[in-house]
Formats: sequence, C-alpha cells, structure tokens
Amino acid sequence: MSETILEVRNLSKFFSTKKGLLHAVDGVSFDLKAGKTLGVVGESGCGKSTLGRTIIRLLEPTAGEVYFEGQDITKLKGKTLINFRKNIQMVFQDPFSSLDPRRTVAQIIAEPIHLHKLAKDKADVERQTLALMDTVGLAHRWHNTYPHQLDGGRRQRIGIARALALQPKMLICDEPVSALDVSIQAQILNLLKELQEERNISYIFITHDLSVIYNFADDIAVMYLGRMVEKAHAEELFRNPVHPYTKALLSAIPVPDINRKRKRIILEGEVVSPVNLPDECRFKKRCNMKCDKCDNGEPTLKEVAPNHFVSCWLND
Amino acid sequence: MDEKLLLDLKDLVVHYVTDSGTVYAVNGISLKLNQRHSVGLVGETGAGKTTTALAILNLVPEPAGVIKNGTIHVDGNNVLTMSEGELQKIRGKDVSMIFQDPMTALNPVFTVGEQIAESIRIHEKVSDKEAMRRAVEMLEIVGISASRANDYPHQLSGGMKQRVVIAIALACHAKLLIADEPTTALDVTIQAQVLELIRSYREKYDTAMILITHDLGIVAETCDEVAVMYAGNIVEYGTLEDVFNRTKHPYTEGLFNSLPNIIERRSKLTPIPGMVPDPTSLPEGCIFADRCSYATDACRRTAQEDKWLSDTHMVRCSRYQEPNFNVKRKIER
Repeated sequence: MSETILEVRNLSKFFSTKKGLLHAVDGVSFDLKAGKTLGVVGESGCGKSTLGRTIIRLLEPTAGEVYFEGQDITKLKGKTLINFRKNIQMVFQDPFSSLDPRRTVAQIIAEPIHLHKLAKDKADVERQTLALMDTVGLAHRWHNTYPHQLDGGRRQRIGIARALALQPKMLICDEPVSALDVSIQAQILNLLKELQEERNISYIFITHDLSVIYNFADDIAVMYLGRMVEKAHAEELFRNPVHPYTKALLSAIPVPDINRKRKRIILEGEVVSPVNLPDECRFKKRCNMKCDKCDNGEPTLKEVAPNHFVSCWLND
Repeated sequence: MDEKLLLDLKDLVVHYVTDSGTVYAVNGISLKLNQRHSVGLVGETGAGKTTTALAILNLVPEPAGVIKNGTIHVDGNNVLTMSEGELQKIRGKDVSMIFQDPMTALNPVFTVGEQIAESIRIHEKVSDKEAMRRAVEMLEIVGISASRANDYPHQLSGGMKQRVVIAIALACHAKLLIADEPTTALDVTIQAQVLELIRSYREKYDTAMILITHDLGIVAETCDEVAVMYAGNIVEYGTLEDVFNRTKHPYTEGLFNSLPNIIERRSKLTPIPGMVPDPTSLPEGCIFADRCSYATDACRRTAQEDKWLSDTHMVRCSRYQEPNFNVKRKIER
C-alpha cells in the first residue's frame, strides 16, 4: 500500500471583486497517494485551475490546510517555501505562452537548475539538460532553437522537461494536452504515464476532457462552482455516477462509436455566477432532479460506497 | 429517395504563397453533398479543412491564398467564377458559415439584435422594423430570451455568443450551413445544447451541413458522411458505417487508435508516430507514408489515387490494389 503524499483539507480560495466575494474554490478536501493520479474535471470557471495553483501556493489560500508528506505547507515562508517548491512542479496548458520566447530550449529547461543551484558547474548543467531532453523525447539537436520554431507537441515536452528538472515528487498538470491534436496528445499522455511508472510521481491532472481523464487517472474529482460534487475511482465514477451533474457531464461526451447510441441528458441554462452565492445547493438551477431539500443550504460530501463520495441532498 | 445534389466540389487546389515558400494547403480534393445531408470534415491542425470551407464561399484570404484549380458548384452555380456582387447574394443566404470562435466573430459595437437583423436586411427586402422582429424571433429559436436583443456581445457568455452566431447563420434559412468547429470553444454541457440546437433546426428546414471538426465523437453523432483529411487531401471518404466500422485508411485507423477510449479503460494509447509533413514541402509519394506502418517503397515513390471500394466508400491508399490488404483495426461490438 502506497503512502499518502498530499492531504488537502477544506481548502478555499475567494477573490474579492467589485460585485462581492467570488468563491473560486470552496472547501475542497481530498487525499492523494504517492505514484497515483487524481483527475480534476469540470467546466470553465469551476475552480479547477485555481485549486491547482492554490495547492502549490502560486495563490495564497483563503482558508484550509495542505499537508505535503505530513507538513502543512500553507504556513511555509521564505527559504523553506522555495525549497518546498522543488517537490511539486507544474505543467501548464498552453505551450505557446508558458515558455519564454527569448530563451532557447536548453536555457528554458536549465532555468530551475540554476535557480535552485543544483549543478556543480556549466558542464553539469549541460549534462542535466541533455538528460532531461532524453527523458521527454526531445532530440539534442533542438537544444539551441527557440520555442516558436517548434510545434505544440515538442513545446509541451519542453514544459514537462522543465517541470522534471528539480526531480519533483508531484506534478500538477493543468490541461497539459488540451492544445494538442489527438495523435500528438496520445504521445504526451504516454510520456506522462511512463514517467509516473519510472519515478513514482504523483499527478494532479486538471482537465475538461472526460475521455482523457478516464484513461489517465486513478481517482476522479468532479468540480462545480468551486465545490467538489463527486469523487470516486475512475472506473466507479464512469460506471455508477451518482450526482446529477456528473451524470449529465458523462452523458454529454460525444462517443466516436456509431454502434452505441446513448440517451443524453441535456442540462438547461448555464453555470451561475460564483459571486455572492445564495444559501442553497449551487447546482439547483440547472439540476434535472431538484427537490425541496435543495433549498436547505449546501449539501456536504457523504461516502455512498467505499471511496465514493457525493455531495447531493438526494443521498443525504 | 432521390435527393438533389447541393454541393459539387471538384479537384480543388489551394495554395498560400508566402515569403517562406508556397504552402500546399489543399491538393486536389473532390466532395459531393446532397440536400439535407451532413458531411464531417475531420482532420488535425493544418489538414486543410478550414481552407476548403472558405473556398466554398470564395473567401480564401487574398493575396496569399490562390485557388489554383477546381470548380465548386453550389446549387448548380460555380462560385469560383461569380462576380463579387453575385457572391454577396449567396453568402449568408444560400450558404452561411458558423465560425469557430464566437468571441471574435461578433462585432463588439453593435447589439446582437442589430447583428442578426443586418443579415436579414441585406438578403431580403424588408423594413428595418420587420428585420428586427425576425431577429428577435431568431434569438428565441436559439434559446435566448427576447429581452437580450439589445445586449452587446460582451454582456453574453461564450455559449450565448455562439448561439447568436448560429442565429445569424440561420436567419435567412441557408440551404448549406458550414460549421467550422462550432463547439470547440465551449464546455461539454453547452456543446451538447448547441449541437442539439443545430440538429433540430436542420431537421425543420432541411439544411445541408458541412461540419468541420477534429472530434470523431461529434461526427458520429451529427453526420451522415465523413471525409478524413490529411495534409490537404481527402484520404478516406464514406458513410459513417464505412468509415467508423469498415475503416480502411491507415491514417483513419491511427486517429481512432490514438483516442482515449471511454468504453475501454487502457493504460497505454497508440499515438501515430512522427508528425504532419511540412506543408511547404510535401513528400513526393504518399503524404502519409512517413508515419504509416503499412508503407512500402512503392508508397514512398508514387502519388496516391482515389480508389472506390463501393459506391459510397473511397480510400486514397495504393495498398488496396493488393487483393487481400486491410488495416488491422478491430471494431469492438
């Protein structure tokens, strides 16, 4: 049995706006085991990227704790915070805007090595950089080129090499394949999978693409307007979705198979604003199974089956 | 049922002449579409899908874009020989287009009602008041309340903007709708709403559709026929049944294999090795040969020709001249 590497407890991130308090992430809790993947899915604005950024303190949490290997990292400051960041690195969505256009591939990959002073001398930096390029399948001949000379797949490999430079125990991947074509997407997903097997890295994999996450994650958390509405093992979540939102989300995936026709649940309306939420279930307005109970404030996460959590009044 | 041929596109060749070389965007494709039918143009970035769509409206961006060869008949008239005035009459009226990005397709300084009414006023002799009345009606058809007609695009969400774009495209009851990745910028539950909207509208007005997408799932649910494009060629064409259940081209096979499957949870995906060829210097022989596990030396030397395997199913792969050749893809049932 592998150990728990990350424990997130009631993590919240609110932003104050002119119109009021925006609940981007609102009381999210979960555990992640070493070498495993938690997929976080949801639609635009559900708080999945904010969750990722708050966990590594690119954003300061409003409330809650994050324990990495037992240590509460929301309290870290100064040098200890910088040192801690070696453990968790991030891979960003857009390989076009997350790479400095004025640096070469080798300079981009070597930057974290310089920042954390992990090399003995110039030759050592070079050796580490080339080794990282090998790891992610980038030919050495690209080391002196600039990102704009490369295609999206190769650029995403640079982003992954940079994230691996500090030998992190955990990667937060924020939509790492959304900007890529399917044939290239499969190459990158396989690469991430191989890295996990070789190095026992844990992943938080943020995406809106449900078929990618089903293939990739061990557990899946579904988010809606800052709340985790359901969490279960990938297989369980796809076979027995419980929350009405999860059900609708799964039924909306277009399946590339003409031999299976499914009944689709079409949700009405759109996501409501996460500013100044009323004291009721925040999915109520779009829910096709709403009842009187839904006015009784927010439902809380309940375990409906082993390791299967749902936040819905119907299961209360 | 005998159905009328609405679009007949033959031997289309489009190049973009740039400082860094000629981009061979579309290299001799032919496509037919009957009334009421919908065809999916599938392929990855740079396959020539959008260029093909723009050519149908004779909108290939000049001066870089040059239509080198081909004829495109829409409802019997060749759009490539029409004058600008004649083209204005059919654009938005007989053939209309839904663009991918609703954020940039709308004019930020006009209300959405005005933008829908504009299209009606241009094509039909109606008063401003009547055009506005019909614009509001269109808004309601696409599921936006009439009270939003005086809103500006920035006041609407992404899903609502795309509905407005669709309302503009449908306002004059086009015979042919070209939808270029209409739901790519939208969330999956909103995508489901928009696809349902297009489906019910087409059913009501017998509109034919060319749907450009990279998503085979959307094709499976909305199209009658599929054309798979690769580096400016249609490499496989057929009915849904032909292409999904009797896949022939190695590239089509590769596309299916690289998809993460939500029915079968597997640990490894099968990507297509290598990358799309540089469109400024396409290989001499088969354009897919470099990435193809079935390719022979002959494939690399000789350009490929269309081979019709049945009345409906075409594949552009010379290996099918061998009597027993077939790709290995298994279809699970």
